[in-house]
Amino acid sequence: MGVGIQVEHLNAWYGTTHTLQDINLHIPANHATALIGPSGCGKSTFVRCLNRMHETNPIARATGTVKMGDVDIYADASPVEIRRRVGMVFQRPNPFPTMSIYDNVVSGLKLNGFSNRKILDETAERSLKSAALWDEVKDDWKKKSGASLSGGQQQRMCIARALAVDPEVLLMDEPASALDPVSTSKIEDLIFQLKSQYTIVIVTHNMQQAARVAENTGFFLNGKMVEFNSTHKIFTNPSDKRTEDYITGRFG
Amino acid sequence: MDFNTPRLRFNFAIRKIKNNVVAGLAMLATALVLVPLAAILFYLFYKGFSSLNLAFFTKMPAAPGEVGGGMANSIVGSGIILALASLMGIPVGIAAGVYLAEFGRGKMLGNAIRFTADVLNGVPSIVVGISMYALIVKPQLHFSAFAGGVALAVMMVPTITRTTEEMLATVPHAIREAALGLGVPKWRTTLSVSLRTASPGIITGCMLAFARVAGETAPLLFTALGNEFWSTSLNQPIDALPLRIYKYANSPYDEWHRVAWAGSLVLIVMIMVSVTLVRVFASRGVLKGGN
Repeated sequence: MGVGIQVEHLNAWYGTTHTLQDINLHIPANHATALIGPSGCGKSTFVRCLNRMHETNPIARATGTVKMGDVDIYADASPVEIRRRVGMVFQRPNPFPTMSIYDNVVSGLKLNGFSNRKILDETAERSLKSAALWDEVKDDWKKKSGASLSGGQQQRMCIARALAVDPEVLLMDEPASALDPVSTSKIEDLIFQLKSQYTIVIVTHNMQQAARVAENTGFFLNGKMVEFNSTHKIFTNPSDKRTEDYITGRFG
Repeated sequence: MDFNTPRLRFNFAIRKIKNNVVAGLAMLATALVLVPLAAILFYLFYKGFSSLNLAFFTKMPAAPGEVGGGMANSIVGSGIILALASLMGIPVGIAAGVYLAEFGRGKMLGNAIRFTADVLNGVPSIVVGISMYALIVKPQLHFSAFAGGVALAVMMVPTITRTTEEMLATVPHAIREAALGLGVPKWRTTLSVSLRTASPGIITGCMLAFARVAGETAPLLFTALGNEFWSTSLNQPIDALPLRIYKYANSPYDEWHRVAWAGSLVLIVMIMVSVTLVRVFASRGVLKGGN
């Protein structure tokens, strides 16, 4: 089951650049939340702070509290533990090129020392089914390289890989921006199904996509969160002038 | 736009000529590289093959004037020294390369190691031999296979370190992030993802280093020394193919010259076979459709 996320006074820096400035918001459990905003506004940095990937960059740092359920992820846990609970899907599909489809999907388990064959097989099959890829790969999933799939299939494999470690939250950083329209709509269908079991945070440049998949939407601009509201309200009656300018295409 | 004007047709013809000239030059350069290589191999076979027989691989060196004899002790000695050098040089080289690529970026220690490796790469092999003589042979008061192995290992390390670093640098950052994002610790990500992805290039680097030291003579002159008799002890002087070839080629006896040619041929073939074996072995289990 998913878990809600409470973000308070989150600030993030790359070197001396203040990328995120005092972000406060509540992301409800088992819903999809979309983050929109022009390039460089901080939305990717924001999701990378939710699983502490931000700090893998040596010049980056972050302050503030992020509570996942009862756990303050910056105070109460190590980054490795947090990343097991918070799955991430990246902008470009990033399969492990040396691994088969099967090994890619169970890599999160195998690389963490898990080796029970039967459970691995079951998990891989279940995850691939959840990611709507099972029927396309089941015949040679243990022999075929993950990198040999098409871009859209690779991205669904990466989603399966993230689901296989049974996370509570799924972060998606523009998961469909490198894909064609057919693959994009498959990913969107998937998000729609997955949000009953996971809390999903999706960064997107595509405002129709936000409108299609997310209950709530946050609008970021220049490192600040300008507005956070139900998606319906953001797109029909935004309370901030800048939100309105952005979604009507006046800038960005 | 009309592409069929005289001017554009003329430009097109010129471009085609340029294209052919450059392609021709590239082929010529390739031939220039391959001709000496093929000539050496051909000459080795021509001179060495006739002296090759079973005795060459099973008999000990013959005394001057005697006919026959072989290089059994030198072949085994080379094998021992090279195995020793690989066992020491490859792990150290790869570990240093991993440090440079994954942990030492922009750090003082990292830069110092990188600089040292580059300098070491340019140190003449005879200097490595003398250094190992001073560091190992002198204190121990005797020449040894072990000292020879260390000397060759020292020559392997910089090549392997720098290749490992460069191959790891070609692994896309996105792949590391994928592993980290699954809650895989950094050390595990480095071992099971970065190194594994870069392994074909790293193996090639190790093979290059191996092939380079396999024919080295100078560092062994001061360390392994050579041995007329059968020895497999790491603590005793030991013979090696390059040492034996050097000795025989310098001798005044025609019979020894012939055997030296055969030894050179065996050395080259040994290197080619071991490199090929590693390649075949390393390419097993590669998945279909990968890149």
